[in-house]
Amino acid sequence: MRVYFDNAATTAASEGVARIVEKTMREDYGNPSSKHIMGVEAERYLREASEIIASTLKCKEKEILFTSGGTESNNTALIGCALANQRAGKHIITTGIEHASVYEPLLFLESLGFEITALPVDETGHVKLDELKKSLRPDTILVSTMMVNNEIGAIEPVEEMSKIIKGYNSGILYHVDAIQAYGKLRIYPKRLGIDMLSVSGHKIHGPKGIGFLYIDEKVKIKPIMYGGGQQRGLRSGTINVPGIAGLGQAAKEAYDNFEERIAYVTSIKDMLIDGASQMDGVTVSSLKGNAGAPHIVSISVEGVKSEVLLHALEDKGICVSSGSACSTHHPGISGTLKGIGLRESLLDSTIRVSLCELNTKEEAEYFLAAMEELIPQLRRFTRK
Amino acid sequence: MKFKSFLIKYGEIGCKGKNRFMFEDALIKQLRLAMETVEGQFRVSKERGRIYVDAESDYDYDDAVAAIKTVFGVHSFSPMVRVEEKSMDAINKAVVEYIDTVYEDKNFSFKVDTRRADKDFPGTSETINCDLGGLILDTFPETHVDVHKPEVMLKVEIRNNINIYSIEIPGPGGMPVGTNGKAMLLLSGGIDSPVAGYMIAKRGVKIEAVYFHAPPYTSERAKQKVIDLATKVARYSGPINLHIVNFTDIQMLIYEKCPHEELTIIMRRYMMRIAQEIAKNNENLALITGESIGQVASQTVQSLVTTDAVCEMPVFRPLIGFDKQEIIDISEKIGTFETSIEPYEDCCTIFVAKHPVTKPLLEKIEKSEKIIAEEAEKMVATAVATKERILCKAK
Repeated sequence: MRVYFDNAATTAASEGVARIVEKTMREDYGNPSSKHIMGVEAERYLREASEIIASTLKCKEKEILFTSGGTESNNTALIGCALANQRAGKHIITTGIEHASVYEPLLFLESLGFEITALPVDETGHVKLDELKKSLRPDTILVSTMMVNNEIGAIEPVEEMSKIIKGYNSGILYHVDAIQAYGKLRIYPKRLGIDMLSVSGHKIHGPKGIGFLYIDEKVKIKPIMYGGGQQRGLRSGTINVPGIAGLGQAAKEAYDNFEERIAYVTSIKDMLIDGASQMDGVTVSSLKGNAGAPHIVSISVEGVKSEVLLHALEDKGICVSSGSACSTHHPGISGTLKGIGLRESLLDSTIRVSLCELNTKEEAEYFLAAMEELIPQLRRFTRK
Repeated sequence: MKFKSFLIKYGEIGCKGKNRFMFEDALIKQLRLAMETVEGQFRVSKERGRIYVDAESDYDYDDAVAAIKTVFGVHSFSPMVRVEEKSMDAINKAVVEYIDTVYEDKNFSFKVDTRRADKDFPGTSETINCDLGGLILDTFPETHVDVHKPEVMLKVEIRNNINIYSIEIPGPGGMPVGTNGKAMLLLSGGIDSPVAGYMIAKRGVKIEAVYFHAPPYTSERAKQKVIDLATKVARYSGPINLHIVNFTDIQMLIYEKCPHEELTIIMRRYMMRIAQEIAKNNENLALITGESIGQVASQTVQSLVTTDAVCEMPVFRPLIGFDKQEIIDISEKIGTFETSIEPYEDCCTIFVAKHPVTKPLLEKIEKSEKIIAEEAEKMVATAVATKERILCKAK
């Protein structure tokens, strides 16, 4: 039995996505910048994808900037915004549980003279709003937080944060990394008070190498890619028509039968949380039901190294992630797990199970049975 | 200049008496194998104590040089021009053309060194040297002669054909693989063992390899890394049969039943036993390890004695007196270093004692092993029977 429980890492492309990608590679392969008919035809795919995505966010099509994926979206938002607004101030606020594609560009900005404040989170992974209030300063130009945490699935209080930020100074821009949230939650940036929003295609059954950044039309950013001036000069480079067409299709599917699908995935998640919580020496850091993202379960197993458990599960055909990168190679063990105050002994003993609608309850049962079987076996062989 | 031929020089095997033909044939075979990895058609041939590689189609010079450099037994080699017509006029024309195209900057000192192996050719080596030297001086006035320390030593060999060359590229030395039996390399993912395999292969030994896989404690990526390393060594040694043994059960048994600080040494003894078993079944005459005295706890002299005790076969340890940096230097030279240092999630660390024994006593280790001997023996048999075999060929 092959069980793919690593959908937060990447997902299988849907049939519809694969079909449209092939079509735009083999038949309608024109360059939208070309003036002839092939270019016009290719441009239709671009427009259609923009329309679909804009409708899922209830925003304007011109507010969608296509990128090579989540990392580029985050880099463009942070660096592009910092460079465009540095006259207003050089202070940026983020959280201590961000993905590397947010905190690495911020470290880069720090080296350019920007000042970064990282907010702490509580034991469920939610940003402490009091801390946000305290951190805002007259020279704050940007706040960047995630919407759904990629390690434990915590849903951040984005709307509340936006109110606090805009209440302090409506000129401060708010960027949200929604890479694990898009397709899992309904996100309407204008209602939530979000100025920029990063999304990746391959997390929602779309192709790899494509994503987008929503940029509110009032927001000015500087491009980080220069060249032929495509996408209104904000992101030069030949338009990735197959990727964009695939992303549009994936976005459409992600919000078709949305409630039903999310309820289904959530029910599998709850099964896993219930089952794992009952096991001896097992800690679950994800919340049940609508309190957490529908697709992410973080499971810590006392006395078992996550790498070993991962490979033992792999042997049974189950693919999961280790909750944090192995500490020997990455001295900064998972920011999230540390941030929520997980016990030191569990930091290197945490796996992440992540779901999509292709998973089944049988798979969840199989996984739980495998855990019951493997944990006692593996606990026999821990470091003496 | 587009060279069409290479002259191969082999030092050590030249003096092998009546076995000489065997070494030469092995060298030709290895050269042919190496040239197969280069795009184009090549002919490798032997003619009166000389081996030539001739290009019979267009080819990439740098790729061909790189390929010849991997062949053990090649002491050095020279790209050369072959003149078919045996006349002084033809030699003159070829020499002028050679100097003109090979040396863009003509401001150099030179000496002509003629070997007139064909005694029917008119003149003597000495007169030909003088004539050609004069010709070069006349044609390229910036050049000058230096018979003691010339910058360019132009060799002209008058044999069945006439060979003209001046560039000497060092080869790897050693002896052609296949002239010295077969041995089994214990290959881990580290820096040392691929170098050890390379060094033994350099002495003409054909090598096979064994890797101990311990899922779920070592990952598929760790295994892939070892396959990659074997493939890199195979560039020099020729194709390597890599035997992959599942070691988990034995490791667990030792871990549970034996004193913890002796775990590594007992583990190594079982690895040797298994390697030896597979070696025997595949006509290997010796084992090869990358051990170096004192590098880690299991490589002290006492530890080596203790692991050696289970081996009936000789164990070759070519790195035994090397410092780590010396080993790294070779691994960089042969191109295995980059792969060896790839970080993969190695979960084996949970088995390693914080303070392993560094001076194990054979009697004591044997006593500890007794507890598991019977069970372990069965596991060894299973491990040998269920091993996987992968042929690793240079790409």
